[in-house]
Amino acid sequence: MEWKGRDVISVRDFSKGDIEFVLKVAERLEGELKEKGSLNYAAGKILATLFFEPSTRTRLSFESAMHCLGGSVIGFSSAASTSVRKGESLADTVRTVEQYSDVIVIRHPMEGAARLAAEVTEIPVINAGDGSNQHPTQTLLDLYTIKRTFGRIDGLSIGLLGDLKYGRTVHSLAQALALYDVELHLISPELLRMPGHIVEELRDRVPVHETTDLEGAVPELDVLYVTRIQRERFPDEQEYLKVKGSYQVNLRLLRKAKENLKVMHPLPRVDEIHPEVDGTEHALYFRQVFSGVPVRMALLGLTLGVI
Amino acid sequence: MAELKVTAIKDGTVIDHIPAGKGLKVIEILHLNRPNGGALLLASNVRSGKLGRKDIVKVEGRFLSEEEVNKIALIAPTATVNIVRDYGVSEKFKVEVPDEITGILHCANPNCVSNHEHTVSRFHVVSREPLKVRCHYCERTMEGDEILRNL
Repeated sequence: MEWKGRDVISVRDFSKGDIEFVLKVAERLEGELKEKGSLNYAAGKILATLFFEPSTRTRLSFESAMHCLGGSVIGFSSAASTSVRKGESLADTVRTVEQYSDVIVIRHPMEGAARLAAEVTEIPVINAGDGSNQHPTQTLLDLYTIKRTFGRIDGLSIGLLGDLKYGRTVHSLAQALALYDVELHLISPELLRMPGHIVEELRDRVPVHETTDLEGAVPELDVLYVTRIQRERFPDEQEYLKVKGSYQVNLRLLRKAKENLKVMHPLPRVDEIHPEVDGTEHALYFRQVFSGVPVRMALLGLTLGVI
Repeated sequence: MAELKVTAIKDGTVIDHIPAGKGLKVIEILHLNRPNGGALLLASNVRSGKLGRKDIVKVEGRFLSEEEVNKIALIAPTATVNIVRDYGVSEKFKVEVPDEITGILHCANPNCVSNHEHTVSRFHVVSREPLKVRCHYCERTMEGDEILRNL
C-alpha cells in the first residue's frame, strides 16, 4: 500500500496489515525520538490543523507530532474565527488551506466531513474526528497502547464501556479490534447501546457480548475501555440525565478484575473513573495520551512520504 | 387475453415484473407522471407466473437512463426494462442494484455532511437481500423503508 498522499479517514479503509505497519513505524519513531530528542523528517513541511470543534489532546498531539518531525504547523481551533462564519463552505475552506500546507488534519462536527475534505483536495487529509462517526487516529493510538502493554492484541478480551451510541472513539476502535482475534464486551446503558449496524458487522468477525452489567463483565476482561457519556452529543437533555453517571470504575469494582486488567480512556473524563484508580497498575489512560505523539508522527510522516 | 389489458406503445419503455403495489412508486420516483406528450399506462396487480402478482408501467416517448434504471432497482429489484422502438422490443434488461448508488438517494442522517454541503450523494451496497446501503460520507447504513423514504 502506497502511503504517500494517502488519506486517513476511517478505520474501514485499513487492513490489519496497514494497522500493524503504522504501529511498527510509530514504535520505531518513539525509539528514535527518545534517542535524539527531535527529528528532521518533515523539515520544510507544513501541517494545517482545521478544528471546527474544540479539542485539546488531539490537536496538541498532532502539533507536537509535527514539531517532533521537524515540520511546522498552521491552523485554527474554532470555526468562530474563520470564514465559515461568513458562510463559506467546508469544501472551499479546505481548498483554500490546501494552498498553504502539505497535509491537513480536520475535526468537524458533521459526520463525513473528513471524507468530503479528502475528496476536494490533492494533499493528504487526516480525520481527527467527524461528528459521532470516526476517530481513526485515536483508534490507532489505542491499539498502539494495547500492543505496547500486552505485547499483542490477539487473544485479549476487551470491554468497551459507556456511551457506545454516540462515542466515535469506540465505533472506530471496535471496528479495528474486529480485525484481530479478540472477544468484545459491549457494556452500556440500554439507551446508549452500540448502533445495530456496527454490532452486526462486529458479530460477523468476532464474539460479541452486549450487556448493561459492568460488574458481571469485569472479571472476564484484559482491557476495560471507558468512555465519557458526552452531554454535548445528546439531542435531548432529558435523555442525558437518564444515563448520566450510570457507571463508575473504582477500586471496589476493580477488586473483581483480573490482576493485570488495564483501564483505558480516550479522555477527558468526568466521573466515570474515580481518581483513586490513577495510582494503580490498572490505569493506562495517561500512557494512552503519550502514545498520541508517536502514532501521529507515523501517520504524518507516512502520508507526507518522508518516512 | 388478460395480458393485453394495457395497449401496446410505439416507442418508449415498458417496466415489467414490478412487485405488485410498487408501480405507483416507480412512477413517482422516475417522475413519469410529468407530461411529455406520451401516454403513461399502469397495470396493477396483474397475474404473474414469476411473482404471483405484479405491476407493469408503460411510458410512451421516454427511454430510461442507467441512473433511472438503478433507481428502479432500489424499490423493484425484480423489474425488467424493455425499450420499445416501432412496436418492437429493441433492448431488454433486468434491473440490478449496482455496487454503488450515486445521486439518487439522500442520507437519512441529518448530521451527515452530504445533507449540508454541495455534494453528490454516494452509497455503497452492503447487501442486496435484504437491500442495505452504507453512506459513503457518514458511514451510516440504511435499509427497507428508510431507503424508500429517502429516494
